[in-house]
Amino acid sequence: MEQLKDCSNHLSGLARREVVAELLKDRTDLMVVTGLGAATYDVTAVSHCDLNFYLWGAMGSAAMIGLGLAIASPDKPVLVITGDGEQLMGLGSLATIGVKQPNNLAIAVLDNGHYGETGMQKSHSSFGIGLHKVAAACNFAWADEITELSAVADFRQRVYEMESGPVLARIRIEATNEERVLPTRDCVEIKNRFRAARGLAV
Amino acid sequence: MVTDTPVKKPDAIASWPDDIYKVLKDGEIRHCAYVPDAGHTRLINKMVEDTEIQSIVLTTEEEGIGYLAGAWLAGERGVLLLQSSGVGNCINTLSLTSSYRFPLLMIVTMRGEWAEFNPMQVPMAKATAKSLQLMGVNTYHVEAVEDIAEVVEAGVDMAFNSDQSVAVLISQRALGRKKWNS
Repeated sequence: MEQLKDCSNHLSGLARREVVAELLKDRTDLMVVTGLGAATYDVTAVSHCDLNFYLWGAMGSAAMIGLGLAIASPDKPVLVITGDGEQLMGLGSLATIGVKQPNNLAIAVLDNGHYGETGMQKSHSSFGIGLHKVAAACNFAWADEITELSAVADFRQRVYEMESGPVLARIRIEATNEERVLPTRDCVEIKNRFRAARGLAV
Repeated sequence: MVTDTPVKKPDAIASWPDDIYKVLKDGEIRHCAYVPDAGHTRLINKMVEDTEIQSIVLTTEEEGIGYLAGAWLAGERGVLLLQSSGVGNCINTLSLTSSYRFPLLMIVTMRGEWAEFNPMQVPMAKATAKSLQLMGVNTYHVEAVEDIAEVVEAGVDMAFNSDQSVAVLISQRALGRKKWNS
C-alpha cells in the first residue's frame, strides 16, 4: 500500500490571527475553549476574556470540554478554537458530539496541516484527511472548508444561530508561527476566572 | 475446605446499581458519561432513562474527563462510568483534572482480578489503582456490595466539596462472574 501523497497547499492559507480576530469580533456572551499551543496563544493575543478557557495540555480534549459546556449551558453559544493536530487526537469526540447534537456548539479548526509547536511536522491534514468531512459523516449540521476571510465572517454568524445542530469549520491557515502570547500558566486561575464570570462560586 | 467468602443476600446483589443511582441523584449529579460495561448495565440503563440526566456515550473514556470538566465550568456535576481497562485510556487526560483542580467522580467496575476469562483484562487490572494514584486520583476499592453506596456517597462529597478526583473501584468479586447473556 502506498501512503497518500502530500497534498498540502498551506503557503496560501489565511493569516491565523486575522481569522481568530474575525471569529471573535463583537463577542458578547460567547464562551471559548482553546486547544493547546498556538490556538491558545492566538486567542490570548486577540481577545483575552474571562470566558476563555485556555488549555495548556490534555491534547484532544478541547471539543469534549466544549460539549460539556454547551450541554450544561443550552442557551449560550460555545466556540472551540483548536488546531488540526489537537482535533485529530480527539477524532472520536466528533462522533460523540454528533450523537448529542448540541445547537450551541461550534468548532473552528485552524488547519495549517502541521504540528507547529513541535517543529512543523506534517499532520494527517497535509495528506488529504479532511476534518470537515469527518464532522459531516458524524452528522454535524454544517461542516465545510473555509479558505476566505469573508467565509469566516459567515461562520461567525453560525456560531450565534444555535438552531440546527453542531457546526465545524476547517479553516485553512498559513503554516507560520506567530509571536507567543501566553495566558497565565496557573490553570486553577483560568478555571476560577471562567466560573466567576459565569456567576459561580470558585 | 473452609472458606471465608461472605454470603451475599440476593437482594443486596441485585440492588447495588439502584443504590448508586439514588446516591448520585441525591448528590445532584446531572451528567453521566460512560463507555458501556456489563457490570454497569443496570446503572447505565437507569441513567439513560432519567430525563433529568444528560447521558453521554463516549468513544473512549478520556472523552468523559473533558466533558465533565466542561459541565463543571457551567456549574454542573457529573459522573464517569467505565471499566478498569478504560482507566488506561485516561492517563494523560487526568492532567486536566489535576492541573485545573477539577472535581472528578469515576465509578470503575473491575475486570481481570477475580475469576476472569479474558487474559487481556488482567494487566490493566493490576495497574488500575496504582496508575490512578500516580496521576493524583483518590482511589477507593470496594470489596463488598453492601459498602458500594456508602463509598460512592463519600466520593461525591470528596469530589465536589473538596475539588478532588475520585475513583471508586468496584471489585470483580463483588460484581460476580460475567454472564454472557447480561
